[in-house]
Amino acid sequence: MKLHRRDVVRRLLADRGDLLVVAGLGAPAWDVTAAGDHPLTFPMWGAMGGAAMMGLGLALAQPKRRVLVVTGDGEMLMGLGSLATIGVQRPRNLTVVVLDNERYGETGMQKTHTALGVDLAGVAKAAGFARAMRVTSMARVAQLARLIHRGRGPVFAQVKVLAEKPPLVLPPKDGVQLKGRFRDALASNRRRG
Amino acid sequence: MTANASSQPSGWTADAHRFLRTARARQIAVVPDAGLSRLLALCESDRTMRVVRLTTEEEGVALLAGAWLGGEKGILLMQSSGVGNCVNMLGLALACRFPLLMLVTMRGEPGESNPAQVPMGSAVERVLDAMGVQVSRTEREDEIAFLLAAAFDRAYADESPHAVLIAQRALGFKEFK
Repeated sequence: MKLHRRDVVRRLLADRGDLLVVAGLGAPAWDVTAAGDHPLTFPMWGAMGGAAMMGLGLALAQPKRRVLVVTGDGEMLMGLGSLATIGVQRPRNLTVVVLDNERYGETGMQKTHTALGVDLAGVAKAAGFARAMRVTSMARVAQLARLIHRGRGPVFAQVKVLAEKPPLVLPPKDGVQLKGRFRDALASNRRRG
Repeated sequence: MTANASSQPSGWTADAHRFLRTARARQIAVVPDAGLSRLLALCESDRTMRVVRLTTEEEGVALLAGAWLGGEKGILLMQSSGVGNCVNMLGLALACRFPLLMLVTMRGEPGESNPAQVPMGSAVERVLDAMGVQVSRTEREDEIAFLLAAAFDRAYADESPHAVLIAQRALGFKEFK
């Protein structure tokens, strides 16, 4: 069964607490924004292939916080090597969720490798992720939400979603602002904590 | 000039490591090169540092951006061929003004014995410049640690990308024998 991407992301970010979020470019960045723009979400506007590595750098810098990367199958395929890099570092606090619609959504819905037989969760498992799962139901999405907050990572989830284009909900475009608000929120969050 | 880079005695690595430790560079992102192996070994044995082995150098640009989001500093170590792998990802550092320091050991310079290294090696400075990365280059081993420290401090003060290029002449040429 394939899921609606917005339902998946809304469920994953419900009760997000002090979760730190990096979103890959394109639809995943719109999805996290549709779930509620947040200073501790860093939506990417470019740097295709870099989302998981950005999540790794953040997870290593903030070992007491939970870090979630939400990205797409095309973006993940461009940075496949980063799965091996994460598999070696094995940060317990990192989850990488790929919203897999088997398409390059921003360029006209052309097929990606996952439409043609490549098993991303299998790659993550082989690369050394503590847990790698394929998700095809909202019940499993709920389980994934628990893992994001409490599981022993690194966790990888390939969530099969419909090749649909929900209405655009765009995050702020200024990368300097997105970086600044994230760092400020983290610093004030730390002071309060 | 014909010595193997990895056996060349050099004091710059100890100075560079000491600086990075004092400056709290915590994430050491690397695709290895012979000329960087001693620095890498020092960082690996330093409990205040985390060496992150990359499959390709562009991973390090994104890693260090994420590190800075989380408040940590770092450095990206690579051979000059890796500069080409970084180009698109440098857009992240530039568009969002993330600090970045790349320490690059050069190949493909005059005296290079492998012709395959020449096209990228001879374009490294122009490529970095075209992307808006500030470059300093040295042919003297005793300048490396100073330039590294200056570029690191500037990168984190200005939140801007910098590269320090170490000429082949500074560390010795690789021979195939």
